[in-house]
Amino acid sequence: MDSTLQSSMQSTMIQATGLTHYYGPFPAIQDVNFDVRRGEILGFLGPNGAGKTTTMRILTGYMPPTRGTVTLDGYDVVEKSLEARRRIGYLPETVPLYTEMTVTSYLKYMGTLRGMPPKLIKGRTDDAVGLCHLEDYRKTIIGKLSKGFRQRVGIAQAIMHEPEVLVLDEPTIGIDPIQVVETRRLIEDLGKSQTVVLSSHILPEVSMICERVLIINEGKIVAEDTPKNLAEGLQGVERLEIEIGGPVTDVLPALRKIRGVSRVTHRSLTQKELYTVHVESGKDIRDEISKAVISSGWRLLSMQTVGMSLEEIFLKLTTHEDL
Amino acid sequence: MRTAQAVAWKEIQVYFSNPTAYIVGMMFLALSGFFFARDLNDPFPQASLENFFYGATIVLILIAPALTMRLMAEEQKLGTIELLLTSPVRDWEVIIGKYIASFVFLIATVSLTLYYTVLLYVFASPDPGPIYSGYLGLALYGGAALAIGLLCSTLTSNQIVAAVVAMGILLVMFFADLASDNIGGTASTIISEISIRSHFDDFDRGVIDTKHVVYYLSVIAFFLFMSIRALESRRWR
Repeated sequence: MDSTLQSSMQSTMIQATGLTHYYGPFPAIQDVNFDVRRGEILGFLGPNGAGKTTTMRILTGYMPPTRGTVTLDGYDVVEKSLEARRRIGYLPETVPLYTEMTVTSYLKYMGTLRGMPPKLIKGRTDDAVGLCHLEDYRKTIIGKLSKGFRQRVGIAQAIMHEPEVLVLDEPTIGIDPIQVVETRRLIEDLGKSQTVVLSSHILPEVSMICERVLIINEGKIVAEDTPKNLAEGLQGVERLEIEIGGPVTDVLPALRKIRGVSRVTHRSLTQKELYTVHVESGKDIRDEISKAVISSGWRLLSMQTVGMSLEEIFLKLTTHEDL
Repeated sequence: MRTAQAVAWKEIQVYFSNPTAYIVGMMFLALSGFFFARDLNDPFPQASLENFFYGATIVLILIAPALTMRLMAEEQKLGTIELLLTSPVRDWEVIIGKYIASFVFLIATVSLTLYYTVLLYVFASPDPGPIYSGYLGLALYGGAALAIGLLCSTLTSNQIVAAVVAMGILLVMFFADLASDNIGGTASTIISEISIRSHFDDFDRGVIDTKHVVYYLSVIAFFLFMSIRALESRRWR
């Protein structure tokens, strides 16, 4: 079958089946399955050592899995490695760069290695330099650049040949907050036309950029969904944060008496009495609480529902701890 | 092929912009020049480069590994090999590109010694035959030494280890014919044929024997093939 026809027919860009990889006797990942749709931004989320980098190295054809297969645009990354690699832009976690080269000579070199036609290289180098805000550092030796700028050079080399798939391993690690925001914006822009797979251990980042999140822990995928669904699906118990002006010894038992309250905890801050009320799932008891408080003559100063944050979901999934 | 060219061109630029390579080149010139000067100090000096070529083969045992040690070991140390191997580049293109770069730098260094030939022509009338064959032999010998160095560099991320192991292999191959003197029979022949040094003598005398050309080309091919295989094996480790 004609390869362009084949690719236009498929909406799946990456398909990983039963990926397992052992380092010696130690399994880094075990039976990992996932699909990435064309044009999707997929986030890999997990604590350090969960197997994110291993998965990415297998995706990019750097090392073959012990078991399992990955196809990229229909090409097996082991069997048809060269074809698969032609479609990839990759930023490894360590951002390896030739420190003795200048930014533009490095980008041109990488462009040639990626098989770009010589005519395109000049123009695309300028584009990549512009996108990554490296205009003032074109002729700078990479070894003299700070960590943040090296990261940008790393991203520039990954995007300059306009790959169909962009694999970014911890793209925002070690750079300052302003650059983090810029990098995220850049990834979001790229994600409009390209398929992006990125890994991170920073939750807000993943939930901001990614359309879908895979949570990976101890080499296994423990959850897979949109950031929103992940948050909703796991919110069995809702909580209310309430600030009440009144004697604590009276307020606490009063709150506990309300139907639907499963647990109440109390914190004293300066000039503030805060109560956290755990509510049985599916019940809305805000009316009852406000009535109870006001009828007792106390002051209801604030009331807030608190959903489970992504951090909490993450912890819950990866540590088996009950929050 | 274009990527092999790009790799070679990049490495050549590194060689010529890197002080280490110049120091190594300078050492080669100083030491081999020492052997050339010895020719002239003879009570009956001959207008030949015989001693220089002999000296150059010894000096290359130290110089060739110093030139190749960085080529692959540094990629592994810096981690840039991860980008190299995930680019659509074939393993042989990487190895051939790197090899060509080191060969070009070696030839550039050796060609500076053509100055000795000019001196001989100015002050005497040397026999051109052994000079041509000597330079051809030196290029082949140097090429073989670089291929051995490149394999060692592919096998480790430590440049020092790469250089020391390559020097060890070269020394063993250099002196193999001495060892063969003490053994008789077929074993002796095999060991002396392995010697990288004994195949050089004919070139030094002005004889270009196909047998020796084939020997050096085989050594180059074998060690480059092993380097490609070693690089491939990285994917499976």
